[in-house]
Amino acid sequence: MFGYYLELAWRGLRRNSVLTALMVLAIAVGIGASMTTLTVMHLLSGDPLPGRSGSLFYAQVDTDPSPEQRKQPLDKLDYPTAMDILNAHLADRQTVVVDSAVKLRAPDASLPPLMPSMLSTTADFFPMFDVPFQYGGPWRAEDDDKHARVAVISADLNARLFQGANSVGRTLRLRDTDVRIVGVLAPWRPSPQFYTVAGGRFAAGKTADFYSKPQDVFTPFTSGLEINDGNFYQFTCWLPPSTPGHLQNAPCVWLGVWVQLNSPAKVTAFKRFLDGYAAEQHALGRVVRPQNTRLRSLMEWLDFNGVVPSDVRLQTWLAFAFLAICLFNTIGLLLAKFLRRSGEIGVRRALGASRAAIFAQCLVEAGMVGLLGGVGGLLLTLLGLWVVRGQPVAFADLAYLDGRMFLLTFALAIATSLIAGVLPAARASRVAPGLQLKTL
Amino acid sequence: MDILPILSTLRRHKITAFLVIIEIALTCAIVCNAVFLINQRLDRMHMTSGVAEHELLEILFADIGPNKNQKARTAEDLAALRQIPGVLQVSSANQVPFGNSSWNGGIKLDRNQRVSTLNATTYTGENVLQTLGTQLVEGRNLQPDDYMDFDDVVRAASVKDAKGIPKVTVITQSLAQRLWPGQQPLGKVIYYADYPMTVVGVVKHLVRPAFTDNATAEFTMVLPMRITQGLYIIRTDPQNRDAVLKAAVAKMKAINPHRVILKQRPWDEVRSNFFQNDRAMAGLLVGVCIALLVVTALGIVGLGSFWVAQRRRQIGVRRALGATRRNILHYFQTENFLLATIGIALGMVLAYGINLMLMLHYELPRLPAIYFPVGALSLWVIGQLAVLGPAMRAAAVPPVVATRSV
Repeated sequence: MFGYYLELAWRGLRRNSVLTALMVLAIAVGIGASMTTLTVMHLLSGDPLPGRSGSLFYAQVDTDPSPEQRKQPLDKLDYPTAMDILNAHLADRQTVVVDSAVKLRAPDASLPPLMPSMLSTTADFFPMFDVPFQYGGPWRAEDDDKHARVAVISADLNARLFQGANSVGRTLRLRDTDVRIVGVLAPWRPSPQFYTVAGGRFAAGKTADFYSKPQDVFTPFTSGLEINDGNFYQFTCWLPPSTPGHLQNAPCVWLGVWVQLNSPAKVTAFKRFLDGYAAEQHALGRVVRPQNTRLRSLMEWLDFNGVVPSDVRLQTWLAFAFLAICLFNTIGLLLAKFLRRSGEIGVRRALGASRAAIFAQCLVEAGMVGLLGGVGGLLLTLLGLWVVRGQPVAFADLAYLDGRMFLLTFALAIATSLIAGVLPAARASRVAPGLQLKTL
Repeated sequence: MDILPILSTLRRHKITAFLVIIEIALTCAIVCNAVFLINQRLDRMHMTSGVAEHELLEILFADIGPNKNQKARTAEDLAALRQIPGVLQVSSANQVPFGNSSWNGGIKLDRNQRVSTLNATTYTGENVLQTLGTQLVEGRNLQPDDYMDFDDVVRAASVKDAKGIPKVTVITQSLAQRLWPGQQPLGKVIYYADYPMTVVGVVKHLVRPAFTDNATAEFTMVLPMRITQGLYIIRTDPQNRDAVLKAAVAKMKAINPHRVILKQRPWDEVRSNFFQNDRAMAGLLVGVCIALLVVTALGIVGLGSFWVAQRRRQIGVRRALGATRRNILHYFQTENFLLATIGIALGMVLAYGINLMLMLHYELPRLPAIYFPVGALSLWVIGQLAVLGPAMRAAAVPPVVATRSV
């Protein structure tokens, strides 16, 4: 029966091709707009480390001594606090991150000096965030203590300097220091670049830059501070630093501390440690608001920072409102289409077709419109994502359709057309056989 | 034109009539708000900068290796740059308007104040105001004997030596108005990092490098410090802009072949980059508005044609009973007008609701009242245009149809 309905639907659609084209176009445009924005939304609001993000936490203590009333601690930590938390070694893994721009030359490559971004962190960073390696591996924990002159570089930088060859053991010149490459990352593009996210609540929704690519050079924290001394930027200061760019002893917050805690009991224990630390520092007079400690999980921290740009949210709302209008439009057109065939439906009813059969037949026709609209919508989605990729935003290179979104496109198109088809089909199935036959 | 018969006909086509109304209402609500958003973005993009637009060049660079004599090198650079034909003024500054990276700090009006009155940005660098081309409206500009070396100021600040800190500042009109509404700002004192500074001059406009709230876009002060931060601003005549930029970069490379030129561009590009998101969003919204109006118009055409086809017989009867073509035409036009009116009325309420929601989540102002009549008018016009085709086809139905059975 279904095959017969499909054939009938196909004939029905071809009979009034202008009306059909209008419906298919309306659904295609609506689907194209909503799937483009939904794909971008999906890319931006997803979990950057699925399966692992639940055990990663961002530690905050309010070290700003100014007497202002503040409900939230500052987004980053000052040097002494970060070191105290790190050196307590209470978490399963812990790391500190700070990025800075560094001058880079590769003695082996004949390229002009570059100015890439460098992340100074500890050995735990790589296993903690599941960072993939192409060649070599992370430095060892001793290298952090020994201020070793070693580095891990990104796949991009490796391609640029060494044409993608295994560059482990080769030397880079970072500012005035030679470092030995110990590892080359495989292409790695977390979305967002979660480990440096901070200050989102002051960005008024302009958060697209949280989605930029990871740094090109990674060095041990201790070495990085020495190599690029004088070039570190504070998140904020409560007094001017005495030497700009050298922040170890400055009244400034500039470091992010991440910890991995593998069980809820450890999370509670670590939060208690932070509270205890703040209370102890309060007694020493260094911390004014000891109650202002936070231990947010990775996803909570991203939520708190409102990482999805407000423009993207607005676009998604707009696209779905647009789809709604296309839906109403399709309902109207399907209604017109089915009722125009009242005579034919009357004949089928008189020959014994049940209401359910008419209803099913009309829905199959609506579904076919949805399928055609889905194909058009898919093409428009690909076009829309191509346009997004041309936009000057940090997440532009991420905007590709994945398998799930591909299937969702068709699911959404067919669902839309079926929803649109229910009412007209119900109306058509109520056509009385006798009344229509009379006019024939 | 009799409205009652139209209403009674519509009552027999509740669903289709309802669909048209909903479609018009949604379109009206979304288009009103979208056009409002577009205007907001356009306003932002035309924001006054206060500087000599089209005349400025920005060069960002980094010198490789430690520099013992940074100051002398900067002086050498600036002198060389000034000699390039077409260069009017050069400054080694800390930031450029709309440049996105900025120095900001809290300003207090009283030393004993616990919390800052507001947060303002700080421009600094020798000749920075002259180079940017700001317009002085009161007082005087910063003078050579006001200036101190930035490194010395940092050293003085670290030992809290007030003597080594600049004592005067130039601020914008916008900042003066906010700090001392309706008063003469010259001679007033502000506290910046708890050091007193006297306002000696007021410039008309000077926008910040970055801001989130348009109301604070010109909370700007200028401090007299000589700074070497790896940023040169050049003012030139607009015709030779590109040639001057090329010559300037070549000269800087000649002085120190090891330096990295991070960015070199006319300032117009800085401005254009700053607003690129606004431009993209405005473009997108325009596209959505057009698409919405087209889809709605097509929907009206589709349903209008259906109605006409369905009522062919009745139209024939009316024509046979003496109705003119004009009567039939007017019938469909009035019907569309009625539906559009109900849709627009609903749409206005919805538009207002959406605006309230946007005000809550996106810090937008209230929708100005003018949008309502303009939105209504445009939807009426679109409705009438869309129904014209089907209505003319209806008017063309000959009376003889009434005598046929189908």
